[in-house]
Amino acid sequence: MEPDTDSTLILIAALPFIGALFPGLMIRAGRTACAVSAGAATLAALVLLVTLMPSVLHGDGVAAGLDWMPQLGLQLSFRLDGLGLLFAFMILGIGLLIIIYARGYLSREDPMGQFYTYLMLFQGAMLGIVLSDNILLLTVFWELTSLSSFLLIGYWKHLPEGRQGARMALTVTGLGGLALIGGALLLGRIAGTYEISEMLAMRDQIQASPLYLPALILILLGAFTKSAQFPFHFWLPHAMAAPTPVSAYLHSATMVKAGLFLMARLWPVLSGTPEWFYIVASAGLITMVLGALIAIFKHDLKALLAFSTVSHLGLITMLLGFGTEAAAIAAVFHILNHSAFKAALFMTAGIVDHEAHTRDIRRLGGLMRLMPITALIGTLAALSMAGIPLLNGFISKEMMLEEASHTYWMGNEWLIPVLATLGALLSAAYCFRFIAHTFGGRVRTDYPHVPHDPPGVLWLPPALLVVLVVAIGVAPALFAGWLVDASASAVTGSDVHTHLALWHGITPALFMSGIAVAGGLLLLALFGPLGRTWDRTPRPEAKRMFDGVIAGAVRAANGVADGLHDGRISRPFVVLTLAVLAAATGAFFRGGHEGPQTEMLPVGGLDVTVWALLITASAAAVSFHRNRLIVLISMGIIGLVVSLAFVRLSAPDLALTQVSVEVVTIMLMLIALHFLPKRTPLESPVLRRWWHGMIAAAGGLGVGALSYLLMLGDTAKISPYFLENAKSGGGGTNVVNVILVDFRGFDTFGEIIVLGIAALTIFAIGEALLDGRASRRLANWRDDVPRSKDRHPLMMVVATRVMMPIAIMVGVFIFLRGHNQPGGGFIAGLVIAIALLMQYMASGFAWSQERQKYPYHSMIGMGVLIAALTGIASWFAGYPFLTSAYTYVHFRPIEEFEVASAIAFDIGVLLTVVGAVMLALYSLSRLARRTGETVNEEAMDYDPAGPSGAGEKGAR
Amino acid sequence: MELLVASAIGVLTSAGLYLILRLRTFPVIIGLSILSYAVNVFLFSTGGLSLNQPPIYGPEVENYADPLPQALVLTAIVISFGMTALAVLIALGGFLETDTDRIDMALDEDDRDVPDPGAQPGVEAKRDRSAQEAGVLQ
Repeated sequence: MEPDTDSTLILIAALPFIGALFPGLMIRAGRTACAVSAGAATLAALVLLVTLMPSVLHGDGVAAGLDWMPQLGLQLSFRLDGLGLLFAFMILGIGLLIIIYARGYLSREDPMGQFYTYLMLFQGAMLGIVLSDNILLLTVFWELTSLSSFLLIGYWKHLPEGRQGARMALTVTGLGGLALIGGALLLGRIAGTYEISEMLAMRDQIQASPLYLPALILILLGAFTKSAQFPFHFWLPHAMAAPTPVSAYLHSATMVKAGLFLMARLWPVLSGTPEWFYIVASAGLITMVLGALIAIFKHDLKALLAFSTVSHLGLITMLLGFGTEAAAIAAVFHILNHSAFKAALFMTAGIVDHEAHTRDIRRLGGLMRLMPITALIGTLAALSMAGIPLLNGFISKEMMLEEASHTYWMGNEWLIPVLATLGALLSAAYCFRFIAHTFGGRVRTDYPHVPHDPPGVLWLPPALLVVLVVAIGVAPALFAGWLVDASASAVTGSDVHTHLALWHGITPALFMSGIAVAGGLLLLALFGPLGRTWDRTPRPEAKRMFDGVIAGAVRAANGVADGLHDGRISRPFVVLTLAVLAAATGAFFRGGHEGPQTEMLPVGGLDVTVWALLITASAAAVSFHRNRLIVLISMGIIGLVVSLAFVRLSAPDLALTQVSVEVVTIMLMLIALHFLPKRTPLESPVLRRWWHGMIAAAGGLGVGALSYLLMLGDTAKISPYFLENAKSGGGGTNVVNVILVDFRGFDTFGEIIVLGIAALTIFAIGEALLDGRASRRLANWRDDVPRSKDRHPLMMVVATRVMMPIAIMVGVFIFLRGHNQPGGGFIAGLVIAIALLMQYMASGFAWSQERQKYPYHSMIGMGVLIAALTGIASWFAGYPFLTSAYTYVHFRPIEEFEVASAIAFDIGVLLTVVGAVMLALYSLSRLARRTGETVNEEAMDYDPAGPSGAGEKGAR
Repeated sequence: MELLVASAIGVLTSAGLYLILRLRTFPVIIGLSILSYAVNVFLFSTGGLSLNQPPIYGPEVENYADPLPQALVLTAIVISFGMTALAVLIALGGFLETDTDRIDMALDEDDRDVPDPGAQPGVEAKRDRSAQEAGVLQ
């Protein structure tokens, strides 16, 4: 069996997602344009599907695929066979009708663009499930249906029932989805492939595996939650809070059928075992009877239909569970029939609600005379659901009863036939009640709103479906036989030729059908007393139990979270540090190590001196940390010692970076300290301080020991590659710089973006502080320390003016030589930023800012843009992003030098660094200006209004 | 030499951890900076130490320091500046909006370990409650 390859299939799968983009835009052009844009994409997909139909019906189907992550077995592979065709027709066909219906149904207040976007997303996800030929891809789409149906069910955000229903549906189907992922992975592990078409040929191998049962249970958990099988059936009725078009789509043809699809798809490999039969058939049987029983006594039309859906899903699940070919055919046929009549019924309920402003069956009745078209549609669809001859529901129900009549449960020949007949009987009863209590009876005078037949946009879609219901009911072989053949062949894996017919002769099934219809009529007649009995019977309330479980989970989670996090950083930090320490200690003693492998490097006198300085500075930082100026100075010393260490340990680039960052950081901290209290009060009790000290000491000891062993260990390195290829491949001799701009250029690109975002966030926070409470506080600012009157000293101004061009030149020099000698964009950016900052320090931020033409935001943007464009440029030469090229140029009298495309990238880095550093400090200085700091008119001035000054005129 | 570097990393880590565990923003930020020094030197040291062998390619040179950790640490230094600046501004914003630079959200007097020596407890608690209403950064 080799399917044709046709990439149209990928287009079909993509069309709903493409269509999801339009409604949001087209809503500006009007509500009809919005609906048309969604409908056009659906229609296009449907037409394309029809073009592929011949090769499915007469050949081996169509396949198409793209590589996604072949290493993981995750492929974008699609396959269209009979089963996929049946579902795709239902999804797109009913989808199209729903789009038309929703245009008429939604009111002016409902955001229609959102609705169609969600609907198309859901349609795409559903279509993806039925077309996937990769089980991992299928689970991806599966999760997408859970998410998009959450959006659809909760579409009316203002209704609490809508939000709660959506949450419940997401919780239940989402949990099932997780189980399904586990099952899919297990199945893939057994089969050695994730491609479904390959898997389907491995029935014996899969069923013999010890992992078969766990895989089966996990997959069935996914299918049962999605298809609302007992005991997971409770979410479906709560999802009825959605707008009716959503219910009609999700609960007739799509969402809840996904679970059935999954069971049908994997039927060839999973079915036929006793485990399969007892789990699937029993769950289906219970669901069918229970759902039908509850449905009879529901007064809300949509709730009645919801439980009838649960019941019919149970029926199909039971048929799939039987594991025989005939049952599978019946299941497939009923999937088709149920979609048709149930979508029509939901739409009818929606029309009634729309027109009469109530769905409560006790307030309805007599609608036959007021809205004859709707009544006709609803009656025919409901009779089909009840299994009345000449309608499609009758034929598949007969086939179900026929199968049930000769199936044994644990050797008992009566159990299944009796319960199946009971299910059919209850089902007939609620259908009759739906008809009789809504449309039948006398016209009343107390409707909330006097109903009439709606405009065609609302009744045409269900009418079309009812035409289909009758057509299949009268001539099943003509209208549905070919599709049922194709999909049943795909489910069973053998060539199936069914003979769908209205009349099967006098069979047990006919008697069972007769009992069901007669019993249904009897129940309807006795509804009054039965209903009162039902209301008195205590029943478990699913929602309350669900809410209880959720509340318990939330309490447990809060208990853990509150224990770990009491509102101060120290608690989680202590927990984290202790956990890391414990894990590391455990790993160290269990893993073992080989001890030092290499000799230590010699130590000079200067090394020890500098080391002692570092230790002293650290000790000072801890001991005197309550005096914030001292701790800041200690930090500065530590930073300088670290840069000295980099010089000594052959890392000139790091030393340059560290020393320039240190300057900027200290400056920033000093400005911040201007606003903050200058001392830290003593707050922690002695015991806690000791405890924290112990944790800190243990952490330091661990890190130090780890680093010692790492440095002396003998580990394999990947650096020789960089050393060998830096000159020949990257065109530079400074290997660190070549790594930054070339080998790992993409990392660097990401890093400058992060830096830019950090700077912009800082600016945004500064902006936010400038209006509001902080702003008022700043406006009334009173300095807590005396300030110098000589704000901008002459000496400093003159010195920085002289240094400015020199510093900039050094920056440019460092930049240009960066590819070959220590330097590069990062360091040059910092040096240039410092050169600018010197002016700001000397003459005031505002004064200098007025003489600076380029905003720092755009500098950051330009930097990132230049780096990106350099990367993109290599695409035009046919290379991947950020491939660098270099050449040698020779201008006399300058000696020959080499130009690499990486230099443009480095310019981007430089601009971003300058912009980010300056923007951060600029944001802080704006706060200072809000405190009433005056802007000087001259470069250097003397402020006579200083705390000790009295009317002195300064040097102007 | 390795012993010196390892012990320095250890001491820096301890100092950083201790300061991060304090209750006011400024020491926490300083602690974070000191801890990032320790982390940077630690990362750098994973390539092994070498003297007078900068990773500058030359035809005659035999041995080089490991360039990879150096490249990683270089960007880490610059980014940690960005993060420190961000933390400083958030801390500053918190202080200006709420009148206190405590890092915790313990808003009742009972949750305090020791009351501020300088401040009257009642006043402090009142301030904190208004801080709760204003919310950090609105």
